[in-house]
Amino acid sequence: MSLALLFQYLVAGITYGTIYAIVAIGFNIIYNATGIINFAQGEFVMLGGMIGVTLRALLPMPVAIAGAVIATMLVGALIEMLFIRWLRRPSVLRLIIITIGLSIAIRELALLLWGEGVRALPYFTGTAVTSLSVGDVHISPQVLWVLGISAVMVAALNFFFARTLLGRQMRACACNREAAQLCGISAKNMVTLSFVLSAGIGALAGCVISPITYVQYDSGSSLALKGFTVAILGGLGNSMAAVAAGLLLGTLESFSIWVMPAAYKDVIAISILLLILFVRPSGLFGNAEAARLKDY
Amino acid sequence: MLRIRSLEAGYGNLKVLRRVSIHVSPGEIVTIIGANGAGKTTLLLTIAGLLRAQVGEILFDKQDIGRHAPETIALLGCALVPEGRQLFAPMTVRENLQLGAYVQIRRGRAHEVESDLGRVFDLFPRLRERASQLAGTLSGGEQQMLAIARALMARPKLIMMDEPSMGLAPLVVKDIFGIIRRLGSEGHTVLLVEQNAKAALRIANRGYVLENGRILLEENAEDLLANRDVQRAYLGRDLDSETELDGKRR
Ligand SMILES: Nc1ncnc2c1ncn2[C@@H]1O[C@H](COP(=O)(O)OP(=O)(O)OP(=O)(O)O)[C@@H](O)[C@H]1O
Ligand SMILES: [Mg+2]
Repeated sequence: MSLALLFQYLVAGITYGTIYAIVAIGFNIIYNATGIINFAQGEFVMLGGMIGVTLRALLPMPVAIAGAVIATMLVGALIEMLFIRWLRRPSVLRLIIITIGLSIAIRELALLLWGEGVRALPYFTGTAVTSLSVGDVHISPQVLWVLGISAVMVAALNFFFARTLLGRQMRACACNREAAQLCGISAKNMVTLSFVLSAGIGALAGCVISPITYVQYDSGSSLALKGFTVAILGGLGNSMAAVAAGLLLGTLESFSIWVMPAAYKDVIAISILLLILFVRPSGLFGNAEAARLKDY
Repeated sequence: MLRIRSLEAGYGNLKVLRRVSIHVSPGEIVTIIGANGAGKTTLLLTIAGLLRAQVGEILFDKQDIGRHAPETIALLGCALVPEGRQLFAPMTVRENLQLGAYVQIRRGRAHEVESDLGRVFDLFPRLRERASQLAGTLSGGEQQMLAIARALMARPKLIMMDEPSMGLAPLVVKDIFGIIRRLGSEGHTVLLVEQNAKAALRIANRGYVLENGRILLEENAEDLLANRDVQRAYLGRDLDSETELDGKRR
């Protein structure tokens, strides 16, 4: 095993890890606002990719991606307003079943609309064979796009939650819903907003990753599993830890190819998920007390 | 300011409040005293809109708010300092106060928030020193001050407080009651719920006795303080002996 190959695996791991982290952040945003896991999170990523590819046929790439993100945000808003908003004091179990149902419904709808075909956006710069070479290491420019856009997304989210009025309102609702209402904040609108936000970042991730991973009507479920693992690994609700956990899972998966066939890659995520759930449900970086202080 | 008629409310099938009628006039400090479980918190939560009024009406500024959402009631100028403070623990003191001022922003008065912040800090200098500290790391007394300050940032017409002295050391309790008295003298309208009935009645204009979800008595604060039954039930022994001493002196 040469150093160059090692580095190649590392880059691949980081790329996938970043996307897992973005999906995990999507889980966290909704979890913090509602206390539930939105199992349709992976479908937002799939929808982003699919709509992006469809719009790309008619529009220039940046417009197509913006369109895909906005359309998916609308889907997120619609889902919340139609299926969640009107429930009075729903149980967690009921909400989980609703989101699982929605995830299946969206997948079937996508199958109906787009068929089983595998699609992808073109590479943002260059083609599949373009690569930036550093010594013996070859990196696809798309990898840099994925890393760059993800980094910007994380920074923008941080700014949003820490500095903007709306972000503060969402944090207030997450940490004490009734106190936030007493301050005049509409908790229901914040929940809708959390769906819109996590649909948006999911869709953007779906667009930038599609040239590398391709997108298909059911590609959301495996991403959701990975993202969920990462969210749990980092400690539910904690987005910065999710980034670290995402990179960890991505790299582990990537290097697992040394010790077992590539087809078993998904086993890693599931094993980690089960292990963490048994041993340390508050996550690698969390402690029980921090888990109760919900913040972004 | 606030007029409640025959209010009934509770949790699910459990009815806690039975035909409660009270009123609060502008500039008054009114206190509601009653034993544990009498329904004091339930009453305040219902006024604030966090619990639904099942029967009866709640008029605030002549508007029926019995069916309004809590955020609308807050916007109308009815603030609650909830039992147990309910601060935004992972956020700083300043952020908590800014969130308290959110209704001011909704009213189009964003430009007043900075000066309100200054006024609140003048009232609670301890909070100014700790403006960048996380609310969850404040002492109990400081947390209670922040809870009151957060409500004041909304510039409420009526400020309701649920047991602001709970769990605090006697000296801090004195501070808190001093602040409430000062708010009253500055023209604020206060509805105060307290276990610490003696201290509450000393700063209040009027008081109600709530028992098992019903209003038993309504009188001027001095009359309630002097009322034998109230003394026996709510004011504790030390006051009994105090008044006896007073009597001997007279
Ligand atoms: N969330 C709830 N669900 C069901 N019953 C409740 C709930 N909260 C309070 N109760 C019941 O309602 C009754 C009144 O409670 P409430 O909290 O209003 O009393 P309180 O006068 O504020 O008492 P304390 O002085 O102890 O704060 C009690 O019998 C209590 O058991
Ligand atoms: Mg109470």
